[in-house]
Amino acid sequence: MDSELILKGVYFSYDDQWCLEGIDFELKKGEILGMIGPNGSGKSTLLKIVDGLLKIQKGEVLLLNRPISSYRRGDVARHIAMVPQETTFRFPFSVFEVVLMGRFPHSGRFPFEGKEDLEIAHQSMQLTGTLDLARRSIHELSGGEKQRVLIARALTQRAEIILLDEPTSFLDIRHKVETFELISSLTQTQGLSVIVVSQDISLAAQYCHRMLLLNRGSVYKIGEPSEVITADTIRTVYQCPVLVDKNPISKTPRVTVLSKRGEGEKETL
Amino acid sequence: MRRSEHLGLTPLRVVTTGLILSGLLIMIALISLSLGPAKVSLREVLAWVAGHKSIDQTAWMILFKIRLPRILLAGLVGFTLSIGGVVFQALLRNPLAEPFILGVSSGAAVGAITGIVLGLGFGLGVPLLSFMGALFTILLVMGISSRHGGLESSTLLLTGVIVNAFFTAVIMFFITTTSDSRLHSMLFWLYGDLSQSRYAHLSLGLPIILIVSGILYVFSRHLNLIVGGEESALQMGVEVELLKWISFLGISLMTGMVISFSGIIGFVGLIVPHLMRMLLGPDHRLLIPASALGGAVFLIGADTLARIILSPSELPVGVITAFLGAPFFIYLLKQRGSQWTQS
Repeated sequence: MDSELILKGVYFSYDDQWCLEGIDFELKKGEILGMIGPNGSGKSTLLKIVDGLLKIQKGEVLLLNRPISSYRRGDVARHIAMVPQETTFRFPFSVFEVVLMGRFPHSGRFPFEGKEDLEIAHQSMQLTGTLDLARRSIHELSGGEKQRVLIARALTQRAEIILLDEPTSFLDIRHKVETFELISSLTQTQGLSVIVVSQDISLAAQYCHRMLLLNRGSVYKIGEPSEVITADTIRTVYQCPVLVDKNPISKTPRVTVLSKRGEGEKETL
Repeated sequence: MRRSEHLGLTPLRVVTTGLILSGLLIMIALISLSLGPAKVSLREVLAWVAGHKSIDQTAWMILFKIRLPRILLAGLVGFTLSIGGVVFQALLRNPLAEPFILGVSSGAAVGAITGIVLGLGFGLGVPLLSFMGALFTILLVMGISSRHGGLESSTLLLTGVIVNAFFTAVIMFFITTTSDSRLHSMLFWLYGDLSQSRYAHLSLGLPIILIVSGILYVFSRHLNLIVGGEESALQMGVEVELLKWISFLGISLMTGMVISFSGIIGFVGLIVPHLMRMLLGPDHRLLIPASALGGAVFLIGADTLARIILSPSELPVGVITAFLGAPFFIYLLKQRGSQWTQS
């Protein structure tokens, strides 16, 4: 498999303390890489570095075998699209207008979208099941609908890499699953490569090909979900008592948090 | 939605909207030309516009020397302040941002008054200082309110209130301590007055304002993206910082220029962009030209009202815009205050 993105020995700091230390990993074509780790472990920062939005102090970020810093910003946006954790539109753009904004990195001097742009936006909306929402205002949508619209906008960018920052954090279980299903089907049908930051470890484990566990700014473990998510690693990194077993259907690792109350009940049983 | 449907914005829609609003602008200008204490009927005005020399000397004087320059200035000021409002609202991602509310207008007025006190002319010196006053205020307000990253509505508005109060005091001080005849009245600066319009001012202001608006229009799509978040705009290739600097410089230049001619006229940049957004949607490729033209229409209308409402005496136009603007501001705050308080 080809590598879309390679990070080699990446160091980054906002001030005098390293925020990320010696990060090495690659993103292969067509894979979903799940990024997990406790709050403040550097996930969002790493995602911005992958996107070339932050300047690293040491190491290399290669996009299609070329340093990402050698690309113009607009060119990066044709290869990498980002679905941010929270997007608030100040003014009531319609869903179609929002999706169409994804064409910005492809536009020339003429400030209006052409037929091809509309076609692509339409396709992305079809793929994400948002066509029915086209005329609605972005303000009227539910969390799940908005997430799909933002994914549609990322698809409209026609980038081969999509980065998602906790896309499921505000969603109910049905919409969490739907979002991961969508991501999964897009990698299969469109050949996209995806990095998804998630706090839903067990759910992410069902869909991600590989996972990266980040701890205090360095990669604690990277590999297949079953290698990365063990009671040992999760306990050490999250400092929280957990039980890890296998999901009976998907056979992927499943994390159960052991609450104090749960333990008490176990004892009385 | 069908495949053939075009739900995006087309150049045709921008052009048609522009034409309709231009028509409205010409209409209101003609009506305004015919209104006032001295009776000149609309028919006479039309005859004059059409080039028939069928009106007498006095009427010609009233139309050409008094009313027309005033109408043109009203148009120019409304045009400029509305663009200022639209661009501020997008860049600061705050629907209540506007040159007057942020204190930028009073900063410009202080600059202009300083220029006059220093004995500078209106050719370059006064508008230049006015521009510097506006720019200084923008940087001050941004500096104070963006200390914690985001620009929170409440901080931004409070900063604007304080800056306004301070500059108003400075204006009062200057005007009461100098006997300069060019600083003829406090009301002129504090409530805006278009009666001092000169063709010389207009011919200086018009090209600069058109050029700056043109430059800002080029970035209208970028502004759309910024409305959806600075970071995602940055991600898609918008040079956010550069755009902010260009806009702040451009708006300071335009606003400073018109305020040195007209004094402080408040709320135009709040009312017009919001009405246009309600009517036409939030896309800046349409919103910028529509607000500009709509602003011109609005201020010509307001100034006409100011001229005739207590005829033969006149109100400063700022009184009219404040009468309309302050309740509108409260309405906006009440309607969506809760949504807008988060940064």
